[in-house]
Amino acid sequence: MATEILMPALSPTMEEGTLAKWLVKEGDTVSAGDILAEIETDKATMEFEAVDEGVIGKILIAAGTEGVKVNTAIAVLVEEGESAENIQTSASSSPEAAPAQAEAADKAAPNGGSAKAAPPAAPMPDTSPDWPDGTEMKTQTVREALRDAMAEEMRAHDEVFVMGEEVAEYQGAYKITQGLLAEFGARRVIDTPITEHGFAGIGVGAAFGGLRPVVEFMTFNFAMQAIDQILNSAAKTLYMSGGQMGCPIVFRGPNGAAARVGAQHSQCYAAWYSHIPGLKVVMPYSAADAKGLLKQAIRDPNPVIFLENEILYGRSFDVPVLDDFTVPFGKAKIWREGTDVTIVSFGIGMTYALEAAERLAEDGISAEVIDLRTIRPMDTDAILASVRKTNRLVTVEEGFPQSSVGNYITSVVMQQAFDYLDAPVINLTGKDVPMPYAANLEKLALVTTDDVVEAVRKVTYR
Amino acid sequence: MATRKTAAKPNVSAEELLGYYRDMLLIRRFEEKAGQLYGMGLIGGFCHLYIGQEAVVVGLEAAAKEGDKRITSYRDHGHMLACGMDPKGVMAELTGREGGYSKGKGGSMHMFSKEKHFYGGHGIVGAQVPLGAGLAFSDKYKGNDNVTFTYFGDGAANQGQVYETYNMAMLWDLPVIFVIENNKYAMGTSVQRATKSPSLWERGAAYGIKGEEVDGMDVLAVKAAGEKAVAHCRAGKGPYILEVMTYRYRGHSMSDPAKYRTRDEVQKIREERDAIEHVRELLLQGKHATEDDLKAIDKDIKAVVNDAAEFSKESPEPALDELWTDIYASDVPQNA
Repeated sequence: MATEILMPALSPTMEEGTLAKWLVKEGDTVSAGDILAEIETDKATMEFEAVDEGVIGKILIAAGTEGVKVNTAIAVLVEEGESAENIQTSASSSPEAAPAQAEAADKAAPNGGSAKAAPPAAPMPDTSPDWPDGTEMKTQTVREALRDAMAEEMRAHDEVFVMGEEVAEYQGAYKITQGLLAEFGARRVIDTPITEHGFAGIGVGAAFGGLRPVVEFMTFNFAMQAIDQILNSAAKTLYMSGGQMGCPIVFRGPNGAAARVGAQHSQCYAAWYSHIPGLKVVMPYSAADAKGLLKQAIRDPNPVIFLENEILYGRSFDVPVLDDFTVPFGKAKIWREGTDVTIVSFGIGMTYALEAAERLAEDGISAEVIDLRTIRPMDTDAILASVRKTNRLVTVEEGFPQSSVGNYITSVVMQQAFDYLDAPVINLTGKDVPMPYAANLEKLALVTTDDVVEAVRKVTYR
Repeated sequence: MATRKTAAKPNVSAEELLGYYRDMLLIRRFEEKAGQLYGMGLIGGFCHLYIGQEAVVVGLEAAAKEGDKRITSYRDHGHMLACGMDPKGVMAELTGREGGYSKGKGGSMHMFSKEKHFYGGHGIVGAQVPLGAGLAFSDKYKGNDNVTFTYFGDGAANQGQVYETYNMAMLWDLPVIFVIENNKYAMGTSVQRATKSPSLWERGAAYGIKGEEVDGMDVLAVKAAGEKAVAHCRAGKGPYILEVMTYRYRGHSMSDPAKYRTRDEVQKIREERDAIEHVRELLLQGKHATEDDLKAIDKDIKAVVNDAAEFSKESPEPALDELWTDIYASDVPQNA
């Protein structure tokens, strides 16, 4: 039976090519693997091999022909003894090779991206309290709260283990893992060599294998060495596997500026990681949130980036005394209710937001202060509901200005609450410079309480 | 084909030998068909064929037991077929269809099977190496005696994370077999143009890891080396390195014109060293099979591959709402 030999696509982008040269002639016997022709693609000249055996019955496209469309019949292969006469050839390319895809673009996206969305419904933020009224409270530092969160989850689940540099015998570079080695032993509290790329990958592999690793980076600056494993292996595998292979892992450690440690050790990565579908990004401010969110992160079946802050580690807050206290992701916390302006922040930025609100109150300006707690998923409903009330918005974060978390919040508010805004939104960020070492310059590079006060005065025209 | 000696006296049954012949032939015919479908525009993007390297995965799978894990790079079709994944599901993933292992969302380089303990299919050169050690870590942590076959190429062998992984794998005695599939070319760069190291497996010595070079065109030699490596790992002695000397007949990917080597070089290996021809000779010379027996196998394989190709064309494209699924897991995944 005669079979057509079709013009092949020999690169991901090739649609047509030049049939440069035939290396066989009519009547030649060929077997699989024999080179039939040389074809010039958009990138290179390629040899084109036979897949089936047979005799070249007829050459349909002459050597030197340019612009031969992919899937055009270029020759006919016949069986031994079969005649090449009267062979009917199809004129056009194979229809099955062109899958429909245009309608995909018309489909409304469930989150973001769609320009013709219906007028947004009124936002319905979850404003339920994080713990019941009357719950006993105790004072704890963020450091202790983080340690307790890991210890509680490790007690409850054998698959949870902690690995990182100096987490075991040294008790943690910032003493977050203090006491864990003594309680859980070297099997579950594992000191690694200084090898971020490697141990991040081993952590991800262990998660694929059914464990629940908590990987500590001594600081998130060092996680840059491992970012390929975090993005390409941890975040994308569930999707690439069609839902088969999840990656329950927590990457945690201090993020952002500490004090006087220079440009390479002072950067906020909240915006970076929040860009990635497949990751969840958490950045607690208080000790209660540090505890409740870290426990939630360890239980979450997805990769979670848990961004801590060195300056906050030693701060004390009230933490509820409960057997099992968690904070859900995607639920912002309103620290202070107000009517004149909304201030949205997270992590250490909350320090400046709350101080500014206090000062502004003295001048009769009532600020509502929202702590996002999780950057992804983001509780945009809480922001929108507040902006509908106050009509003014200031965002506060330590990261760099371009493509900041505040920029994203602003775009959401523009699209869904444009008519409620009485002033342009201000995004307060760190300055657009690498962090300097000199004390005075460093102070200038960071966002401050004064900056927040000034921005609020601008948007309230007061 | 020139006659050659097998590394060791084959300690396999005729049945096993026939099985290897069948498994290797399936990979070759499958890959030829994939190349053909690529040429027709049914498979898009990157497509890296395994033709020539079949003895590596078939030999090592012969040394594996249920529960053992495997992970590899983007040249992964052979590994999937060798560990028993369904050719239909693999081919349908290549064509980006609903019936593919990743519902069409992964493609040639990204397929997985929990059932067969196949952990991908990874497109970043060398990234699968720490992942493989992590899988081995999970088995050691759980206290079972499974091992993980972690495959990578001579190109990946120059990535820093490989050596970070060697260090920790040995430090923690992880039951991982590092399989360097040395096919002599990292895309277009020969091993000699990428390193002065005379061999790649010997680099493990810097970390105290034992290893050896293996003839990757001889499935029995690969199996024997695999058994030794597996025994080492299962005995709790930590990782082992196998540098398997092999050769890919096709370009790095479908769009590689392969100008960095001569046609004669490829042809010579095809004629003198082909792994499938080698087993075919063993079968015929040992009178374990007749020409007719082998023809029957060829015919069976051809039918399996044609069925896979048909399935991959008939399976529909994924539903459009699949765009938005599988980004986040909503429940706790079961242990693999």
